[in-house]
Amino acid sequence: MVAQLTKSERQVALVILLALTIVGLIFAGAGKDDPIGVHGFLIMACAIAAIFAVISASAEPEPSPERLDTYYDDPSKIGIVLAMAWAAVGMLVGFWVALLLAFPDLTFDAGWASFGRLRPVHTSGVIFGFGGNALIATSFYVMQRTSRARLPDQLSPLFVLFGYNLFCLLAATGYLMGITQSKEYAEPEWYADIWLVIVWVTYLVLYLRTLARRQEPHIYVANWYYLAFVLVVAMLHIVNNLAVPVGLGSAKSYSLFSGVQDAMTQWWYGHNAVAFFLTAGFLGMMYYYLPKRAGRPLFSYRMSIISFWGITFLYMWAGSHHLHYTALPQWVQTLGMTFSVMLLVPSWSAAANALLTLNGAWHKVRDDATLRFMMVAAVFYGLTTFEGSFLAIRPVNALSHYTDWTVGHVHAGALGWVAMITFGAIYASVPWLWKRDAMYSARLVEVHFWFAVTGTIIYVISMWNSGIIQGLMWRTYTPEGTLAYSFVDSLIEMHPYYIARAIGGLFFLIGTLVGCYNIWMTVRGEALPAATEPAGDIPAPAIAARQPAE
Amino acid sequence: MDSPHDTLVLVSKTFGLFYLIALSVAVLVYVYWPSNRRKFDRAAQAILQGEDKPWR
Repeated sequence: MVAQLTKSERQVALVILLALTIVGLIFAGAGKDDPIGVHGFLIMACAIAAIFAVISASAEPEPSPERLDTYYDDPSKIGIVLAMAWAAVGMLVGFWVALLLAFPDLTFDAGWASFGRLRPVHTSGVIFGFGGNALIATSFYVMQRTSRARLPDQLSPLFVLFGYNLFCLLAATGYLMGITQSKEYAEPEWYADIWLVIVWVTYLVLYLRTLARRQEPHIYVANWYYLAFVLVVAMLHIVNNLAVPVGLGSAKSYSLFSGVQDAMTQWWYGHNAVAFFLTAGFLGMMYYYLPKRAGRPLFSYRMSIISFWGITFLYMWAGSHHLHYTALPQWVQTLGMTFSVMLLVPSWSAAANALLTLNGAWHKVRDDATLRFMMVAAVFYGLTTFEGSFLAIRPVNALSHYTDWTVGHVHAGALGWVAMITFGAIYASVPWLWKRDAMYSARLVEVHFWFAVTGTIIYVISMWNSGIIQGLMWRTYTPEGTLAYSFVDSLIEMHPYYIARAIGGLFFLIGTLVGCYNIWMTVRGEALPAATEPAGDIPAPAIAARQPAE
Repeated sequence: MDSPHDTLVLVSKTFGLFYLIALSVAVLVYVYWPSNRRKFDRAAQAILQGEDKPWR
């Protein structure tokens, strides 16, 4: 990996890592009585390990100029491996917290093992660890192919990837120590947030630099979605995390916002994290990998552009539907509700576009579990966006809010849409990246697929049931006008559904572990001879002769 | 009209609507502009072929 860096890039890498070591040292010293001190040591340890890696490879010769004739795929490969590792960890912790809800004694009286600390490890692990790494890895892959341009340098993609994973590591370990700013999906504290800004701006600049080197006059639509993801997440992250730290030696900070403004900023962030992290980025993935794997062009390129602007514009205003019946002004709630309902139009046109692209390739969907992953993802995308628009309507929200229905909705999106499209994209990319004929075992992809679908259905249906029962119990009155059920009554009713949910999660986790094994065996397997194209894995039209340049 | 909140409400209820309409019209004009058709068709086809290595 380091051998791919030029001499000057290795020197820059050392300078960055030395600076990082010093920052770690400062935190370790200033925060010796605070959890931030532990993070100081962690940062230092990571930086020093990386310094050793760079120095031990310093005798390696510089990469040859011929490298410029190929794409730079090391960061995508590392990103996919990291994504699968985070998936295994994040989903395992998800299974654990699901069990905790059914059997609360499983905390073992340890602070770090309480639900409040483990739950963000699960959410950040799967969203940022698994989803984020998959987005970074596939975006590097897609931006190079669609631009027909190699990444502009060797160092910055690695900086983005490893820098991002350092952020994820600080987040997850911080939660276990009780470091949180209590904002959902924005839990990491100020120093981790600042670090992410540096990494993220590098990512944005890297993306733009690659696009600037492209040969194609038109930028393929997948890049628009990936770019919206990078750009808007930067904006959301910076605004929502504006805070004043107590001091250099303290992990604690105070938000710049308070009261209802804080709530509105947080849910503007929170919902757009769903929109731009969990939707736009993965739509970028879908718009590249699905047509590519099916061997058919998009059903309607025009429709993909209309959906793009619809999604980017409308999502921006939908966040206030998280705050129905609160101190937020009524008109802002109505605005959020209206935009959420309108969002159905671009969302369904994206889902329909994906499914119509498969017309003429349904035999491939039947035979190829990788493409089937993507097809099911598009179906769940349509389903979840419909449900989301519906739940955002104020009177519906009165029934659903604070119940497990929301949890079911989120997981229909996260398992059914985000994870499925990611597994599809990963199973498609792995043989292409490692120059293998195909995945190690097509049958294991099939096994993974059925575990994932079964797990998702068990999970979502149990949460729908549990959520609607909760909502109805909380609003049932006796003839005397008092509430018929106490909260504990509803909790007891939930118990069987919580067990069912954990079983659904276990199915999904097993599928993921099967996937990890399959990818590992593919990577370890034998590479194709350099001259041959991986014909078995690339859909037929892809082998067609290259078009003459214009 | 004296508090920032009132101003914000006014802007949302007037300018906001026209902003939304103007953006929608601009996108539709771009998408259906006849000479863009070739460009879009080419882009949709381009990912399916000849991306085995960078152009330089």
